[in-house]
Formats: sequence, structure tokens, C-alpha cells
Amino acid sequence: MYVWIWRHLPGPLAVRMLQVLVAISLVSLLLLFVIFPWIEPHLPINKVTVPKK
Amino acid sequence: MSGDTIVAPSAAAPLPNPRHSTVGDKVRFALRGIGQTLITLGLVVLLFAVYEVWITNIFAHREQVKVYNALHQEWLNGFDPLSLPETGPHSIPPGSGIAVLYIPRLGADYHFAIVQGSVVPDDSQLEKGPAHYADTQLPGQIGNFGVAGHRVGKGEPFLNLDHLRSGDTVVVETKSMWWVYKVLGRPDGADPEGNMTSIASKCGDGSVSGIPVPGREIVDPSDGDVLLPVPSHPGCTPTTAALMTMTTCHPKFTASQRMIVHAQLATQYKNNRHWISSGKFPPQIAALYQEASA
Repeated sequence: MYVWIWRHLPGPLAVRMLQVLVAISLVSLLLLFVIFPWIEPHLPINKVTVPKK
Repeated sequence: MSGDTIVAPSAAAPLPNPRHSTVGDKVRFALRGIGQTLITLGLVVLLFAVYEVWITNIFAHREQVKVYNALHQEWLNGFDPLSLPETGPHSIPPGSGIAVLYIPRLGADYHFAIVQGSVVPDDSQLEKGPAHYADTQLPGQIGNFGVAGHRVGKGEPFLNLDHLRSGDTVVVETKSMWWVYKVLGRPDGADPEGNMTSIASKCGDGSVSGIPVPGREIVDPSDGDVLLPVPSHPGCTPTTAALMTMTTCHPKFTASQRMIVHAQLATQYKNNRHWISSGKFPPQIAALYQEASA
């Protein structure tokens, strides 16, 4: 998949590298600020309370 | 990479028609796809770790500062969110600050506004700071003042709760008082794990006896009894002891157990506008920090 993407990126090497960096940044930001905050409450981690009886 | 060089000759053979792929090409294509997917998933998991221990702290810190400043402003305005009847039900808005927590053992910078939680504090309250189990006692009251806090990420107020030793002070500042709790267990400085202090308690039949309560214990996530007025002893109430119980996750990064630290009110000092507005410690509290660093 990555090879396919790389082959289809336009422009010379430097421009392609730039595009890759931008793409990685965008995906990372999407994960860090949208997907992880959304998915985290559903994961069995970071539970710090005990039930009140 | 070495795999590529070995298979290169056979892959290069049908060059005239590149669409004419061999079975080997298909296998290679599939394996490469699986490999890349796994590597990608690995990187995503790594990024999630970065999110948990770093990004969540940035957001939580922002929330904590808001709550702390709001509480401080209330105190300066002469309003005490805890100035309510000594006993009985109270209605403090969940998510608002009620007190400030200091633990000298965890450093001079360590301070967190404790927010009012629900009966069991929820994620939004815990993101702001350590949160009070609403149905448990308030700071200084006879019984058990229960507070939950995150261990890793989300401000991680209780990251190093396991560093506390028996006798270590846990200071809770309210508008009117500095409540000084001490971690249970004897003697001072001992490992509080399973190390008991006897709490004089009145149980069901009215008899008064000393019930041993550990300084620290690791319990099952369902063990809500640790928040009882006399921890793990249903039907009992302390005769004079004001306890404080802190809960967090254990081991770090997991939800498989809970770490519980119990402390008992040892002393208290009056708070006043001077200390609130100056942001300094009264001499008795400052002395606790010298003890902790000694």
C-alpha cells in the first residue's frame, strides 16, 4: 500500500517527501485529537474508582 | 530487504509482461500487505501511549488550573463550598473544586484542587483532578473522606501514590482549615502495604473495639467496601477517627486492580485569608515539607 502511494505521488523526490510528512502529520493529529479521545473511554484502562456501596 | 535480493531473479524473469504475475508474486504481495498493516498498527499503538501519558495531561492540566483558580477566587470572595451543615446531605455542584490536596512526600510543587465527584466520580470529573466520592464524608469529618484520582495521564495526580510511607502527611486545605492526615501503619516510615493501625470503632451491636486498617492495600476493582467509614467493615463507624481514602488504578496503565491508601486525621490548623491570598503555607504546614525532605 505504501509503495503504491509513493509511486502515485506527483513531483520530484523532495516534493514527495514533503507530501509524505504532511500526510503522516495529518493522520497523527487525527488520531491524537479525534480518534483516541473518542475511543479511550471504551477501553479497559485508566479506571481508578471502586463502586460505592 | 535480504528477502528481496534473493527472489529478485525469478521476479525479474517475466519482465516483458509485468501483469503476468507468478504465484510467488501474489504470496509476496499478500505478505507485504500483512507486514505493513502490522507495522502500522504497532505505530498506532505507540502513538496511543504518547497520547495517554502526554496529550491527556495537557488537557487535564488546563481543566485543573480552571478549577483551582475558580476555587481560589471563591475563597477570596469569602465563599466556602463546604460551609454546609456538619452532617446530612449536601449539594455541592459536581465538577467544582472543594479543597486543595498537598502531599509533601511528592514534592513542594505537588498540589491539586480536589473536585466534587458523583457518588462514583465519572471521567469528566476525574479529568479535572482528584475527585471526591460524593456520598463519603467531607474533609475533617469523622468517617471516611474518599477521593479517586488518575494514575497515568489525565493529570496523573496519583501517579506516585505508592511512594507514600506510613506516617507520611497528606494535607487537605479548605477555606477554613488545613487538615493534616497521616498514612496509616506503624511505625512511621514503614511500608504501609498491609501495615495496620487500629481504629476505635462502634459496630452493629454497639460494642466499641479497635479495628485494624492498613495504610495501603491492593484490591479487586469491585471492592467498594474500602470507602466505608471503617474501611472493609460494613456496619461499623469510627468513634473519633476522621479517615481519608484515596483510590487509583493498579498496576499502572491497567484496570485489573485498585491501589488504596488510607490515612487518618492527625492534626488541623485554622486557615485564614492571609494564607489564602499570599499562597504561602502556615509555619506548621511548611514544617511538614521540611520533615518530608529530611
